[in-house]
Amino acid sequence: MSGFTIKHPGLLTLIQDSGRFGAHNLGLTNGGPLDALAFDWANRLLGNDNNATALEISFGGLSLESEIDTAIVVTGAEMPIKINDETMPQWQTHPVKKGDIIELGYAISGTRAYLAVAGGFSIPPSFGSSATVVREKIGGLNGDKLQAGDHLPCDTRENSQHYRLANVDRPKYNDGAILRVVLGYQQSAFDPVEHRRFFGSQYQVTDRSDRMGFRLEGEAIKSSIVGMLSEGICHGAIQIPADGQPIVLMNDRQTIGGYPKIGSVIPLDTAKLAQLSPGATINFESISPEYAHNLHWLAKSRFERTQPFRC
Amino acid sequence: MKIETAGQDAFIVYFADQASTSVSAQIQRAVNNIQTQMSDIIVDLIPSYASLLVIYNLDSCDSFATKSRLRVALANLEAEESQGGKLVTLPAYYSLESGPDLDIIAERGKISVDEVIEIHQQQEYRVYAIGFAPGFAYLGEVDERIAAPRLATPRQKVPLGAVAIADRQTAVYPAPSPGGWNLIGLCPTRMFDPLQEPSMPVQVGDRIQFKAIDRDEYLSLGGEL
Repeated sequence: MSGFTIKHPGLLTLIQDSGRFGAHNLGLTNGGPLDALAFDWANRLLGNDNNATALEISFGGLSLESEIDTAIVVTGAEMPIKINDETMPQWQTHPVKKGDIIELGYAISGTRAYLAVAGGFSIPPSFGSSATVVREKIGGLNGDKLQAGDHLPCDTRENSQHYRLANVDRPKYNDGAILRVVLGYQQSAFDPVEHRRFFGSQYQVTDRSDRMGFRLEGEAIKSSIVGMLSEGICHGAIQIPADGQPIVLMNDRQTIGGYPKIGSVIPLDTAKLAQLSPGATINFESISPEYAHNLHWLAKSRFERTQPFRC
Repeated sequence: MKIETAGQDAFIVYFADQASTSVSAQIQRAVNNIQTQMSDIIVDLIPSYASLLVIYNLDSCDSFATKSRLRVALANLEAEESQGGKLVTLPAYYSLESGPDLDIIAERGKISVDEVIEIHQQQEYRVYAIGFAPGFAYLGEVDERIAAPRLATPRQKVPLGAVAIADRQTAVYPAPSPGGWNLIGLCPTRMFDPLQEPSMPVQVGDRIQFKAIDRDEYLSLGGEL
């Protein structure tokens, strides 16, 4: 099958679908897009299935060549996109022809962009998903990040209609975020003073942040727990190791671990965290599980009601 | 038993403060009940030493309904008397060639290398948890005489199939990786093979016994040195 060839892979470009679910019992983590909203928009603008395989480009620097006539879109972080040296807008679908060169520069705001192609890339699933988890060597092409020369198969598509998402409907990528947290796990092992300290302090994103977890720096938080048995870790869980510095566990986290956790950041907000660079400021806000559910359904409804423009 | 919130779409069930064979059997029954009664809303289950993480689909069920269905699925777990889990025998080539830390463990326990090998095989272990890496099964508990803390400096590369001990746990490495466990032998059985169905020979709650094989048997079973 023809498709696209990678000329420069950039710092970290990964094949991702919406993630791997139902394999935690084998020790396999989720993978999938760190910013699910930007990923979902990429597929939606092209009329793709919402689980279609796309690329997650961290920090930028990707270039690839098309061997087919099709359509592409780039959403997420602001990364200057050029097709055959001509600057093109993001959040808008573009026709590409055989021989076209697509280049993404380095991120201006945000850190993760998503490049989708009409019909999605054809990557055989592993445990039900094409999502790449480099640590596990699972998914994508041989479980690895993309390399120069890699070939991404996909079908020719004739998309005569093109769509763009209005500016006002696009997420904004800022220098900080308020992360909403559902209390849980060992939260009662953190006394009221520690709770106030955690929710009243500002934290910074450190450079030791990746797809496994975002390590933050700020006021140290202490729990009364000395040692505990390893247990299952859900997406967004906030681990507080002995040094008291919080780690927000992301898509490629290990599925079990033995550090105390105060609760979990809701997925809508881990998506915001994923777009931040080292030095960005974080505040935590405690919300009830019911409020988290409302936010989840409201966001879903907003996504479904928002209509892209034909262009 | 306690059911706590873990995240917006997850509960964690705590069965006890400590891991034990009976707690493990209870968790195994809970997993079976949830799989049969709640498959319409369950995304993932992570059984571990004394807990079970239950991740549900927020688009098909809210937390109230999930929690009440969980309570039903978790009722009367103690009722049945069974050991639970299947018994799996894993061959192991124990030697100083394949297990470079055998003599450290022997010295520590003031026993001979042969005794370390004998003690490791005597017991039936329980798969308490799977995690850390795909297919990495934590087996417990080893006899106190062969328990040993993790290495001060982890190895850059532990080979595929390494049989290892850390504290009172033992495991077989499912893939080559860095690791700080004490190596006592090599097992030719693949603990994780993404191309096979099932991809793992064991699941949480199963019982494992090791059986010594010699160098030739190890090689003929596909083992590499």
